Amino acid sequence: MIEAQGLVKRYTTRTAIEDISFSVERGEILGFLGPNGAGKTTTMRILTGYMPPSAGSASIAGHDVVYDSLAARQNLGYLPENVPLYPEMSVAGYLDYMARLRRVSQRREAVARAMEQVHITDRANDRIGKLSKGYRQRVGLAQALLHSPPVLILDEPTVGLDPRQIIEVRELIRNLGGERTIILSTHILPEVSQLCQRIVILNKGRIAAVDTPQALTARLQGSQRIYLEVAHPTPETTVALAEIPGVEQVQEQAPGVFDIQHQRDRDLRQSIAALVVERGWGLLELRAVRMSMEEIFMQLTTQEDSATAEPYAEAPAPEEELATTS
Amino acid sequence: MYTALTIARRELAAYFVSPIAYVVTAAFLVISGYLFSIILITSRQASLEGLFFNITVVLLFIAPFMTMRLLAEEQRSGTIEVLLTAPVRDWEVVMGKFLAALGLFAVMLMLTLTYSIMLWRLGGNPDWGRVVSGYLGLCLLASATLAIGTLASALTDNQITAAVIAFAILLLLWLIGAAGNVATGAAGVLQALSISDRYDDFARGAVNLADVVYYLSLTVGALFLATRVIETRRYR
Repeated sequence: MIEAQGLVKRYTTRTAIEDISFSVERGEILGFLGPNGAGKTTTMRILTGYMPPSAGSASIAGHDVVYDSLAARQNLGYLPENVPLYPEMSVAGYLDYMARLRRVSQRREAVARAMEQVHITDRANDRIGKLSKGYRQRVGLAQALLHSPPVLILDEPTVGLDPRQIIEVRELIRNLGGERTIILSTHILPEVSQLCQRIVILNKGRIAAVDTPQALTARLQGSQRIYLEVAHPTPETTVALAEIPGVEQVQEQAPGVFDIQHQRDRDLRQSIAALVVERGWGLLELRAVRMSMEEIFMQLTTQEDSATAEPYAEAPAPEEELATTS
Repeated sequence: MYTALTIARRELAAYFVSPIAYVVTAAFLVISGYLFSIILITSRQASLEGLFFNITVVLLFIAPFMTMRLLAEEQRSGTIEVLLTAPVRDWEVVMGKFLAALGLFAVMLMLTLTYSIMLWRLGGNPDWGRVVSGYLGLCLLASATLAIGTLASALTDNQITAAVIAFAILLLLWLIGAAGNVATGAAGVLQALSISDRYDDFARGAVNLADVVYYLSLTVGALFLATRVIETRRYR
């Protein structure tokens, strides 16, 4: 449904994104995750046809976003960051205007349905300028849904909302997934793991990782960790644990609480349990520790600085002609 | 064109919910009404010729205020991002904005028809051919002027800057004929370029094809440039 191939965007003084490629299947929800300035908005702006890439190509529902831009735009709904709206218009008036621009055939029904979907029907005649941030966000979302587009691109759809509104918007997005293909960006980590089937982690304009939340969690645990709590630790407990084959490091975080790092693909819980029981340390708790999305994110975006930045730096300069054609 | 008209309709509505349309229209009517009475009382002639010339000057001053908001505000607030990611062509956006400004001026001009009606009801018999050609000329002049304003508004995301740029371009085009007094060799060319000198014949009742073409090409040229500016905005 959405294809991006080697997208590059250069401004006069800096490169915003470099070699971004990914594809999104029909009905999939893809999350863009990354610190501010990582290139999330730039990538979305290219996909929506707002700005052309300096190199590379992208298509929406089979339509190239540069060469077949109108058809591509007809197939997508876009919620820009900060939700720009006309403050002097009424909610219904604005939605009617956008429906006209999109040439929606049954405008009245489409506007009513979109307002229904985001629960703003009771504010239909209010001036947009007087609405709260949460309501404005919903108007923006309604605008993106008006023409029932197969593709939705949402730039930080939950930013600035209160917790209840966030849950509502997430619920709405989840319900839209399945029939629609959605890309959303966020820097709220639990949001992506809750909503998205796949995650693209962006850092400094490059893709740091693309995978399912589960696979990312598994893949990034270079060494597994085990949490162990015992009732009667002795001074040699740390040493004895470290001697178990496969254990790489043992840390006593608090009296009786150990953080054990071991090699991947080995489950050492049985041997650890056996050892603890044999020595009579009194087993209280033993469990594998999973990395949270926060930790994965930190690991990926900090690794990127030193390790992966170099190989891309010397990439051949893609042609600039695109920038001069319309 | 449907899309351009949709945009024009929204823009025209936006004019009338903000005070801009009312203030500009009121100012225009006060000044033109004052000039109409003064000219009528002093000349005692059932003619609008003098008024037409004065309206062109008023237009020079108010056009930048009518157009400054058009594209600058969309760019400042970011609404242009929604507009340009809808299936809308760049020229349709520019055309829609321009038509809205022209529509507002048409409303203002319509209200000045009262002056002709007054002349007629007061028993005067104005030369209707001159009235018609004068109004036609005003429409053409306004379309060129407002197109230049639209271009200025495309260039920046600041309304004041847009107004200043529009005013500077217009004033230059207005006064360029006067440079003929100094550069006598090029006087013909300079006068041909002048946006104000071109109006003389319309006020006197003569509609020359060359003048019509001049105003229309200025309009089309400015709108074309504005479209290119919006297009290149995408690359920044």
